[in-house]
Amino acid sequence: MSEPTAVRDSAVRVRLPAHLRALAGVDGEVTLDLAAPVSAGSVLDGLQARYPMLRGTMRDQSTGRRRPFVRFFACSRDLSHDPMDAPLPAEVASGTEPFLVVGAMAGG
Amino acid sequence: MSKVRVLVGTRKGAFVLSADGARREWDVSGPHFGGWEIYHVKGSPSNPERIWASQSGGWFGQLIQRSEDGGRTWQPVGNEFIYDGVPGTHQWYDGTPHPWEFARVWHLEPSRHDPDTVYAGVEDAAMFRSIDGGASWHELSGLRGHGSGPHWQPGAGGMCLHTILQHPTDPARLTVAISAAGAFRSDDTGKTWTPINRGLHSDGIPDETAEVGHCVHNLASHPSRPETLFMQKHWDVMRSDDGGGSWTEISGDLPTDFGFPIAVHAHEADTVYVVPITSDSLHYPPDGALRVYRSRVGGNEWEPLTAGLPQRDCYVNVLRDAMAVDSLDECGIYVGTTGGQVYASADAGDSWAPIVRDLPAVLSVEVQTLP
Repeated sequence: MSEPTAVRDSAVRVRLPAHLRALAGVDGEVTLDLAAPVSAGSVLDGLQARYPMLRGTMRDQSTGRRRPFVRFFACSRDLSHDPMDAPLPAEVASGTEPFLVVGAMAGG
Repeated sequence: MSKVRVLVGTRKGAFVLSADGARREWDVSGPHFGGWEIYHVKGSPSNPERIWASQSGGWFGQLIQRSEDGGRTWQPVGNEFIYDGVPGTHQWYDGTPHPWEFARVWHLEPSRHDPDTVYAGVEDAAMFRSIDGGASWHELSGLRGHGSGPHWQPGAGGMCLHTILQHPTDPARLTVAISAAGAFRSDDTGKTWTPINRGLHSDGIPDETAEVGHCVHNLASHPSRPETLFMQKHWDVMRSDDGGGSWTEISGDLPTDFGFPIAVHAHEADTVYVVPITSDSLHYPPDGALRVYRSRVGGNEWEPLTAGLPQRDCYVNVLRDAMAVDSLDECGIYVGTTGGQVYASADAGDSWAPIVRDLPAVLSVEVQTLP
């Protein structure tokens, strides 16, 4: 189990699902320079700041809550139910491991 | 020569179908926003190159897209639909209070008068307006705040505001329909609203002639006669000649008066089209035959239009926003089906041919007539 990051700024790797990559017009991973401590909330804020078209796609705009069919994984862990401001694992904050935004496998 | 552009929203993307005035050879572009549900695509009357699309999905919520080049390229605009104040509750299917929750935009209605103004009808039912080209959206909360709001209930497809009519000359007059609350009218650009359901009769609600609670499926009117409104209700085809103040049934000799869309001929204010569907539980045409019905006398007397439409083994539906007319000299009419066909008639419904046969299920069809 990794320890949360706490101090320095970080280059965080983010992997988006295909629909959101198409919407944002990006290929592959996105790298965000974020101030520590890095959390799911700060990652989403950073994504939306760089790609305004992603606003509202991962969090409900009125409640701020994660959309039900969107999950967050990293380091083989499901982080979806952690508080949005909980520090992410050090491997994510350091850029060693990506932060995964995943669309639930459902529907047709 | 004039052109037409048919804007098609489907379960898995948007398509733009283009032809010259003959309407025989079609160019098909799309899918735009592949994989997303496109509930509605509609062009601005005051700037036809500006087109709006409602893009949504169960995973990633609601987006609004805008094109400035007739649907070739698109840009996302604002998508923040926040109810005004404390949203409160409406009734759930079982009659218990349920919080108002934004789900999606069913219908986009660009202003006739200003290209930067567009109205959005949403689920849970409410009316939003943007006056800055879609950058921001604000609820016209007098509608949801109408005293009857806590008693509104969803229809089977959700509690949606799906129809928005603009008066052709008076920008202050707006008429909307909500499933399953009914029709409402505003004469002050959406600040205050009046239910306009007198004369409607609906089995299955406690008070069959209640002021609100009717499942209105669609409204249509002709710009030359804006006080005349035509309605396809859950059951019953209705007509009002006083702007919705009172309604009379015009189902007449239809084989069934259940259906979803209703449309009016571009040049004949008393020529009306419906697509009868077997029943509320059998959402396909009677006898496996897709028939558009036309009345040339404003209702009651209807003729089936069948030439070129499938007349056997056809079990598709035509949804409420999936029939539209063009305004060429010989009025064209278009229907999209849940089977992915878009049928076009260049002779006011006398004969039909498919433009496309194999799209995803069609949610909406709109037409632009271009110089």
